Amino acid sequence: MMSFLKEFWAFLRVRKKFWLAPTLIAMALLGALIVLSQGSAVAPFIYTLF
Amino acid sequence: MKYVLGISAYYHDSAAALLRDGEIVAAAQEERFSRRKHDARFPHHAVAYCLAEAGIGAADLDHVAFYDKPFLKFERLLETYLAFAPRGFRSFRIAIPVWLREKLFLKDLLIRELKKVDAGAPWFEKLLFGEHHLSHAASAFYPSPFEEAAVLTLDGVGEWATSSLAIGRGNRLEMQREIHFPHSIGLLYSAFTYYTGFKVNSGEYKVMGLAPYGEPKYADLILEHLLDLKEDGSFRLDQQYFDYCTGLTMTNAKFAELFGGPRRKPEELLTQKHMDLAASVQKVTEEVMLRLTRSVARETGQQNLCLAGGVALNCVANGKILRDGAFRRIWIQPAAGDAGGALGAALSTYYGMLEGERTRSNGHDRMRGAYLGPAFAQHDIEQRLTAAGAKFDRLSEADMIARAARDLADGKALGWFQGRMEFGPRALGGRSILGDARSPTMQKMLNLKVKYRESFRPFAPAVLREDVADWFELDDDSPYMLLVADVVRNRRRAMTEAEQALFGIDKLNVPRSDIPAVTHVDYSARVQTVHEDTNPRYYALLRQFKQLTGCPVIVNTSFNVRGEPIVGSPEDAFRCFMGTEIDVLTVGNCYLEKLRQSPSLKVDYKDAFELD
Repeated sequence: MMSFLKEFWAFLRVRKKFWLAPTLIAMALLGALIVLSQGSAVAPFIYTLF
Repeated sequence: MKYVLGISAYYHDSAAALLRDGEIVAAAQEERFSRRKHDARFPHHAVAYCLAEAGIGAADLDHVAFYDKPFLKFERLLETYLAFAPRGFRSFRIAIPVWLREKLFLKDLLIRELKKVDAGAPWFEKLLFGEHHLSHAASAFYPSPFEEAAVLTLDGVGEWATSSLAIGRGNRLEMQREIHFPHSIGLLYSAFTYYTGFKVNSGEYKVMGLAPYGEPKYADLILEHLLDLKEDGSFRLDQQYFDYCTGLTMTNAKFAELFGGPRRKPEELLTQKHMDLAASVQKVTEEVMLRLTRSVARETGQQNLCLAGGVALNCVANGKILRDGAFRRIWIQPAAGDAGGALGAALSTYYGMLEGERTRSNGHDRMRGAYLGPAFAQHDIEQRLTAAGAKFDRLSEADMIARAARDLADGKALGWFQGRMEFGPRALGGRSILGDARSPTMQKMLNLKVKYRESFRPFAPAVLREDVADWFELDDDSPYMLLVADVVRNRRRAMTEAEQALFGIDKLNVPRSDIPAVTHVDYSARVQTVHEDTNPRYYALLRQFKQLTGCPVIVNTSFNVRGEPIVGSPEDAFRCFMGTEIDVLTVGNCYLEKLRQSPSLKVDYKDAFELD
C-alpha cells in the first residue's frame, strides 16, 4: 500500500494535479462507502471506458 | 540479449508479445487459447506460449511492459465525472468499486499474476507502463518498412487520447499532438454500432460491411449535429447526443430523436434505414480520416504513413487514404486493436527506453506476415487428431496442396490449418476457411452453413501478389487484409435494371463479377495479397488453384463460427470441422474428408457460442 501511495503522490506531482487531491479524497471515501455497501463489482457498461 | 515482454489485458482482447533484441519472436491473443472471445483476463496462456517459443524462462525477461497507464485513466475517469456531476452518478456508482478494488492497484494485480508465471522473479523492478496511444503508435511504426513516417493512431479511447499523431525516425518516436476524450471518432462509430443493434467493440465490422447496402442519407445530419469537423480533420463531438460519459449506454434519447426512432434491438430485422445509417457513419469516418491524413501530410512533409488503433481496422477508409495519394506509402499494423498494444508496449520499451538499434528494413515489414503464434509439428498434429478420433490421410506436402486445390476448384469448403497462427483479428491463411471465389453460391453457403453468421456479410479474397492488379484496382501489398479496393471493370458484370432495383441483401446474391463470392454490392473487396516469402504453402495452394482454374483468387475467411475465437489448436480445428459443413480439412499434411469421419463425432456447434 505504501508503494502505491508513493507512486500516486508522484503521479499527482508529475501531472500537477494537486487540485484533484481534495476531490479525490472525497470521491475515494464515497467510493469506499459504495464498495462496502455492495457485493459485485462487475460493470454492466455497453462500452467500458476504463 | 534483451528480452522484453509486452502485455495487454483487463479491458478487451488481452495478449502477449515477446521481443528478442527488438525482433518479434512471438505474439498471441489469449482468446485463442482460453476459447473465450475477446478474453480480457491476464494472458497466462499467451505469456507461457511466448516464453516457450523463445525457449526462455520468465527469469530471462529484462522487462515486462503493460500497454497503458492506469493512473492516467483514473484521472480521466474522475475528471469526467466531475465535469458532468451530478449527472453520471449511476455510472460512477458502478465504475468506482471496480477501480477501488482492482484497477487502481493494477501494478499489484499484475505482479500477483506474474508471480504465478514465476514466483521468484523481481517483477516489481521489471514491470513498466507505457501510454495507450504510444503503444499503438509504436506497434505501427517500429515494425513498418519505413525509416521515417508520420504515425496516426485512432481508437475509442486510451487514457485521455482518442487520436494521436507521432513522427517516427529510426528508433525514435515522438508524439506530436492528441485529440482527447470525450471527442473520439472510434466512439462515434461505436455509437452507431450500438444504435444499429450490433455489439459495441466487435460489431463495428458489421456496420462497415452493411454500409455499401445503404445511402449516406444521414451524413449531413451527423456533421450538422453530432460532429464539428474542422478542415484539418480535428473534431469535437456534441455530448448532448451521447450517453457514454455519464451513463451505461452509447447514445441517448436525443440521439434517437435526431435519427427518428429507438435503436434496433440485437438480431432484429435489418431495414434500409439501418443500412443508410451505416453508410452515413462510414462516410463521415472516411471524411475525418481523409482530412486528417491530408493535413498531416501537408504539415509534416512525410511521405509514409503508419496507422494503428481500432479505427485503423476500417479497411474501407484505409483503401481510400491510399488512393487519395496524400502519402506515397501506408502501412497498417495488422493487430491494430488493443491486442497489438502488447506488441507496441514492448517495442516502445525496447526502442524508446532501452534505445535499441533499429536495423534498416529490406523493404519488407518486420511482422513476418503476422504469423507470430503457435505452430504444430506434423507428429504432434497426428497424435492430437488421432486422440480426437479423426480419420485422416498423411500426405506429402505437394500432394496435400494438390488435393486441397482440386477440392477448392470443385466448390468445396476447405478448412486450412497450417504453420504459425496469425496475430490480430484476421485469419491470413494460417487458420482459415477457404472457398472458390468464382462460385455464385459460395458466399451464401459459407455464411449460412459454415460460419452461421448474418447473410449480408461479405467475404474477403486472397490473391497472388503478382496478380492483384489484374483483378482489383490495387497494385500494392495488402498482406493483412486491411485495404479495400474495387474489382477491376473488365471482371465486373453489369447488373440489369431489375437486379439494380433489388433491395439490400437480395442484391448480394446477384453475381456481380467473375468472382462473385468476394465482390460486395458496390464492387468492393477486402483484398489480401499472398506472398511466397511469408507463407509459402498458402502461396503454393493459390498457384495450384490458378493452374487448375485460371483464377488466382480464393475466398479466405477466419476458421471459426460466429462468436467463436479463431481456432488455435488441431483439436479446435477438428471440432469446428465436425460442427459445421466444412467439407475438407487439412492440418499440416493431414488430410481429412467429412464423409469419412464417424457421424458420432458430429457436434452441435451452431448454438455453442454466444453471438457476437
